[in-house]
Amino acid sequence: MSETIKKFLYVNRKAPYGTIYAQESLEVVLIGAAFDQDVSLAFLDDGVFQLTKGQNTKEIGLKNFSATYRALGDYEVTKLYVEKESLEERGLTLDDLQNIEYEDEDDDYAEKPSIRLVTRAEMADVMADQDVVLSF
Amino acid sequence: MKFGIVVSEGPYQHQASDSAYNFVKAALAKGHEVSRVFFYHDGVNVGTRLSIPPQDDRQIQEQWTALGKEHDLDLVICIAAAQRRGLLDENEAKRQGKDADNIAEGFRISGLGQLIEMGIQADRTITFGD
Amino acid sequence: MGTLHTVNKSPFQNQTLLSCLAHVKDGDAVLMIEDGVYGATTGTAVSDALAKISADVSLYVLGPDLAARGIDAGRIAEAVNSVDYEGFVDLAATHDRVHNWL
Repeated sequence: MSETIKKFLYVNRKAPYGTIYAQESLEVVLIGAAFDQDVSLAFLDDGVFQLTKGQNTKEIGLKNFSATYRALGDYEVTKLYVEKESLEERGLTLDDLQNIEYEDEDDDYAEKPSIRLVTRAEMADVMADQDVVLSF
Repeated sequence: MKFGIVVSEGPYQHQASDSAYNFVKAALAKGHEVSRVFFYHDGVNVGTRLSIPPQDDRQIQEQWTALGKEHDLDLVICIAAAQRRGLLDENEAKRQGKDADNIAEGFRISGLGQLIEMGIQADRTITFGD
Repeated sequence: MGTLHTVNKSPFQNQTLLSCLAHVKDGDAVLMIEDGVYGATTGTAVSDALAKISADVSLYVLGPDLAARGIDAGRIAEAVNSVDYEGFVDLAATHDRVHNWL
């Protein structure tokens, strides 16, 4: 759709459901995927709660959008950076997060993990390597 | 330089739309271009013409409409966020079978793609939110 | 020339300022706006963190937001420079990207 390819980083620092930010951030990511840009997602601070397993919103009446993260690979959104320190501070490990994979078309469609666990310092490097940083 | 601006909090509730307004005014005064202002989340509520703030307070929507007119700004309200929050233009009201619209002069409703396009085209994208 | 980070939350309300400071690179700038300006005063729980990082990062505060909150310029930490909206625009223009910590 556009000849310019920019590096877009969507920064997620808020937990889901309490406010709408996580859900409307995901809507931007899905629409943005059609623009063929170089897209990364960052999950840090309370943003890591967006990716946890076993979310069930039945009794609060809100839409459960957690499965959408697993569909991101179909939109060629395959770089989900999750900060290790943010997980640890919240008593979480990678095992508490959903298994999110994408099919690597350059590698015979092998299923590969989209979640990339990074340290705080590595997250800072990711942030410094972008053209556009959108925070939600 | 070309600036793209995101406003993602509602007027009066949060300072974000005021900060964005002051930033845009300063950028234009310095000879920069503001290619688009994109209203998202509760920020879409800036664009209703039906708000009636007290007379001794600033008129946020009217300020944006006036600044938009003066500088030919593209003030875009996200359609997905707007529909949730009851912000409609004439076409959308008709299409959805609603009996009224409420979008203010100088604003237009469009898709989220406009946000991405703004990010691609602008030299700097700045978000005012919570 | 690096990143301009903005922080609009009081550091006594949540961790946003500290999280921002933990992700800045040498040569970046941090601008405190809106309720973020409360982080710029001296003698607070975050003063040491700001003083420490000021060796590698430029620190700014938005003057109009200080004035609105009745914070006298004399109470601003030495390492923090006050700018107006035009200064904010200049900072955004002279850095490679803007990262708004919301």
